[in-house]
Amino acid sequence: MSAVPALEVRDLSVEFRTRSGIVRALDNVGFAVGKGETAALVGESGSGKSVTAYAVMRILDPAGKITAGRAMFGGIDLLQQSEKDIAELRGRDLSMIFQSPRTALNPIRRVGAQLADVLVRHAGATSAGARTQAIEMLKKVRIPDPERRAMAYPFELSGGMCQRVMIALALACRPAVLIADEPTTGLDVTTQATIMDLITELAAETGMATILITHDLGLAAEYCQRIMVMHAGHVVEDAPTSALMQRALHPYSAKLIAATPAASAELDRLASIPGNLPDLRRADLPPCRYCARCERRTDACEQPLPRHVQPDGHAVACWNPL
Amino acid sequence: MLRFILKRLAAALPTVFGVLVVTFVMARALPGDPAAYFAGPAATREAIEQIRAKLGLDKSVPEQFGIYLRDLAQGEFGKSLSTGQSVGRELVTRLPASLELVLGALLLSMAIAIPLGVLAATRPGSWIDHTARVVTTAGVSLPAFFTGLVLIYVFYYLLGWAPAPMGRLDAFASAPPGLTGFYVIDALIAGEGETFISAVSQLILPIVALAIFTLAPLARMTRAAMLEVLASDFIRTARASGLPPSMVTYRYAFRNALLPVITTLGMVFSFLLGGAVLVEKVFAWPGIGAFAIEALIASDYAPIQGFVLTMALLYVALNLVIDVLYGVIDPRVGLEA
Ligand SMILES: Nc1ncnc2c1ncn2[C@@H]1O[C@H](COP(=O)(O)OP(=O)(O)O)[C@@H](O)[C@H]1O
Ligand SMILES: [Mg+2]
Repeated sequence: MSAVPALEVRDLSVEFRTRSGIVRALDNVGFAVGKGETAALVGESGSGKSVTAYAVMRILDPAGKITAGRAMFGGIDLLQQSEKDIAELRGRDLSMIFQSPRTALNPIRRVGAQLADVLVRHAGATSAGARTQAIEMLKKVRIPDPERRAMAYPFELSGGMCQRVMIALALACRPAVLIADEPTTGLDVTTQATIMDLITELAAETGMATILITHDLGLAAEYCQRIMVMHAGHVVEDAPTSALMQRALHPYSAKLIAATPAASAELDRLASIPGNLPDLRRADLPPCRYCARCERRTDACEQPLPRHVQPDGHAVACWNPL
Repeated sequence: MLRFILKRLAAALPTVFGVLVVTFVMARALPGDPAAYFAGPAATREAIEQIRAKLGLDKSVPEQFGIYLRDLAQGEFGKSLSTGQSVGRELVTRLPASLELVLGALLLSMAIAIPLGVLAATRPGSWIDHTARVVTTAGVSLPAFFTGLVLIYVFYYLLGWAPAPMGRLDAFASAPPGLTGFYVIDALIAGEGETFISAVSQLILPIVALAIFTLAPLARMTRAAMLEVLASDFIRTARASGLPPSMVTYRYAFRNALLPVITTLGMVFSFLLGGAVLVEKVFAWPGIGAFAIEALIASDYAPIQGFVLTMALLYVALNLVIDVLYGVIDPRVGLEA
């Protein structure tokens, strides 16, 4: 990791005000991603990965409130920017790719026009120039016959093609940070691999920092240098991929790895991790949100979570690490 | 596109035929005997039978229907028994009068309800959202003819701002040379300023009365459609791409929300046609609604049949317009199909 990270998130807490109570979706989430680094945010569904991304991008639902924290990017705190200033950064310096590419694109606008909208907005392109640039971008994400595809509507393209368009949209303005939220979920296996290869290749080419959000630990281990493990709104472990895979320190990470025997296996087999995520609406959430599922729980776990960091940057938030 | 339209029109033929059959039978099932009505209260049984034979009403119903169809094919809608007027000619002059009301009310209602719905959806919980809710709730609980009466009372009787509710023009103006039958448009084309002003001022109150009634469904549907679209994935993408809020709201969200709004517009249009019947009565408006009511009271077959057929054709045209609009807005709806 380079000295000044491209994005550094500290003490990020997010709550959702819902009819059935306050959901404490994130609690003191912290991590950093270096320039040119590809890091993964891994955890089972509902652990707060997407909320983390939305909070950093400032695109949370109106019900979601950022109650604490910082997200430092290029010397500024993203969480303190005005709506107008953050909109300038979004899509230009910070970009995001979403799950389910088919619904993530405007169904009644030609994909070329959607790309051009972003280029006109951020790259100061004229509408004629944006058209050419849009086709350039489609070529770059290796969409065959880009001139014709630019005129297509999302429903005329396959899921994989739509995800390529999403990638083109996200990378059109050469952002410094890319957050890819489950970019391959729902695509078939071969398309998954080509999409991941494309993302990592373009990231390497531009020196972009990439955060890959996935529930697939195998995928994370294959493409990322570092892995942050999330559980119920906490980052429980943060380690270089090899360190984590060889010697996970947090009991939850260890269970995750045990549940992921092959590189391609998914966390859908999480049945082997006993218990469920705690109800995040509870007012008396314990300091360690894993303790109810944990075999190593002791009285010490009632204390506020520690953060042990090893010299290689391997950090864990646990009183009784492995 | 042309092929699409022709195909849809062909597909509507059975419906229209069905409407013809049902109205024909229903009109004859209505209580009341047109021959007796026409002959007058003092007529003898014989005189009535004579008139019945003259009107062709002594023939069997299928036979009468055959004659009716043959006349229709020649563009002949028959004659009104009570007025002796050609039904076709009546419809041609009265339909534009009704459409002027209904379309005017629709435009006014859209001009208010759609922006209101959009604003309410983009600022949930704000004062404009609450205002929209109050306005629409109040509007839907007021029948248009009642609003019409209140408007007449306040703006004609009390304040004297509005002209007398006596039809399409005030007593001193004469109808502009007819091209479209819409006085407002015809007066503009003919360059008759005073007629134009007279036509518009006669239109205002009935249009407002009808529009208030339709604000609610339109505003509510616009708000709901916008809220749903604003919560969808592609709006999140647009925001994540840093597109300005106005562009996200209008170019991305609103165009998608238009689809359900257009469907509602079709529904609102048919509400308006129904609501206009009584409003025409209140404002002495010479439209097809008032015409139909009188015909119904007299069991006057030809005008009833002519009216229902006109309505059926209007609905076919309306649905066609909606489908074409849908196809224009949404590329997923193939107009070629
Ligand atoms: N709009 C919302 N309203 C209420 N709770 C929400 C909302 N969005 C997310 N949450 C809660 O936040 C938690 C984390 O969700 P999310 O970040 O989507 O998980 P994932 O790791 O699968 O991406 C979940 O418990 C979810 O219930
Ligand atoms: Mg998610």
